[in-house]
Amino acid sequence: MSGVWVVVEERDGRVSRGSWEAISAGQKLAAQTGLAVNAVVVGAQTEALASEVATKALGKVVRVEHALLAAYTADGFTLALQQFCATEKPDYVVFPHTYQVRDYAPALAARLGQTLIGDLTGIGDGPVFMRQLMQGRLNGSYRHTGDGPCFLSVQAGAFRAEAAEAGAAEVSIFSPTIEPAQIRTRAGERFRSSAQTVDLGAAQRIVGVGRGIKDAANLPLVQELATALGAELGASRPICDNGWLPMERQIGSSGQTVAPRLYLAVGISGAIQHLVGMKGSQCVVAINKDPGAPIFEAADYGIAGDLFEVVPALTEAVKAAMK
Amino acid sequence: MKIIVAIKQVPERDAQIRIDAQAKWIEEAGLQWALNESDAYALEEALQLKEKHGGEVIVLSAGPERVGSTIREALAKGADRAIHIDCADLGARDALGVARLLAAAVKPEDPDLILTGLQSDDLGQGQTGVILAELLGLPHASLILHVEKTADGLAVKRELEEGWFQTIELPTPAVLTIQSGGNKLRYTTLMGIKRAKTKEVRTVTAAELAVDAAPVVVLERVALPAKQKSTRMLGGTAKEAAAALVEKLKFEARVL
Repeated sequence: MSGVWVVVEERDGRVSRGSWEAISAGQKLAAQTGLAVNAVVVGAQTEALASEVATKALGKVVRVEHALLAAYTADGFTLALQQFCATEKPDYVVFPHTYQVRDYAPALAARLGQTLIGDLTGIGDGPVFMRQLMQGRLNGSYRHTGDGPCFLSVQAGAFRAEAAEAGAAEVSIFSPTIEPAQIRTRAGERFRSSAQTVDLGAAQRIVGVGRGIKDAANLPLVQELATALGAELGASRPICDNGWLPMERQIGSSGQTVAPRLYLAVGISGAIQHLVGMKGSQCVVAINKDPGAPIFEAADYGIAGDLFEVVPALTEAVKAAMK
Repeated sequence: MKIIVAIKQVPERDAQIRIDAQAKWIEEAGLQWALNESDAYALEEALQLKEKHGGEVIVLSAGPERVGSTIREALAKGADRAIHIDCADLGARDALGVARLLAAAVKPEDPDLILTGLQSDDLGQGQTGVILAELLGLPHASLILHVEKTADGLAVKRELEEGWFQTIELPTPAVLTIQSGGNKLRYTTLMGIKRAKTKEVRTVTAAELAVDAAPVVVLERVALPAKQKSTRMLGGTAKEAAAALVEKLKFEARVL
């Protein structure tokens, strides 16, 4: 067995923030278990990325390189890392919890008879691995009992990228064997569905609306509050899924990331997919009928009450105060 | 096209959560149950594909007897028949163990397409569909919003992060995990409910499927989350709370 291995992803040619966080998690895990920590970069040309990673306190950085890994495919990445795992026999494999990792890491783990413990929020002594259940309303601690490598992915923001210790790692190359016919899917270029006309990222105040609004016909209630505050209107995913507001107003992991001075969440329960999109806000206010809603954990001020009573009262109070 | 949709019954979204005596899971007695949200979108996609191209839609669900009500709901929406994997210890199996059950039930059906929601609203692991593809030796794509049949397979719209998308082409048979929001969900009609009563639900027990049930990952303990921030809760009537909030925003947080 060869310790902890962190699988690094790139973004615009650089190591992604989530990958630095995964390295930081890997270093923490290595310190707890007394194991060495190393990193892997996967692609067709990984030299620049590998040398960027090698500036951290890691034993080895391995470039898993093949021409067929130029564009991400689940088949290519699974095959390459399966062969890598067969050679290196890692104790732990740590990923950032990205859409790409969610697409292949479960298959990779299953191929080795293992199960990924995904979307970790923390690592405790043992080690035990913490993740959220029930849309953020419950925390669970997991233990790996299998005898193969333990596969983990870490939630964005759960570990500090800045905490990744600096150092100098030795870089080597691993060449997997991949035949073109083994890659069964073909991925097209990335695209955006329509031109963005709202830039929520630049807004100073945002009122976010969620499922609690119950019906599209009730949206004017929240719009009036937003207008009184001079705020943009944003929404959680279900509101946009229903077509009540355009997709470009969606805040969260699949929508926009915002960091206004004031974020007012109305009828939003606060699933992690939404929280990652707004947790950088300076001041967060939550209005929700369920006092146990996870949104309150992320809020500076909370009102546990019926939004159909609270929002009109708040609109009036804001209007009076802004006169 | 012969399509299997794997669906899960989960606690209703607004259900009050109470931790059980061993702190291993939540108290299930008294809970209301519902069809997992992204699975509802997977079912909708399957029904629309059948309407366009013909074929059959089969729903597949694992769990104890109560799962029957969610299966009937899917049949009422238009699925043709169902397979219920009767399994009382679903929670004791890890994602690989659950996918093994589903794979064993899918295999003899030899479908053209297998759809499932991208993740469950209770455990939220988002792995079952991807593992299922691996176990069946089929190609897959995840986080799919739209499915188009092509001459030699499928072209699907995949969601990426931050508002980006990508088209993936893949041959059939294949497994897709469906993201919510790609289609508008249909309502259940009275006629649908009536028809569902006569549709076939085949029950197969987990024991009959004879798959490895031993987990490699164990959920040891659950707990209610601790607060990350010190939240100031503002009480009183709606009017009082609103006035207090404006006061705080103006003079304490200074964001008005």
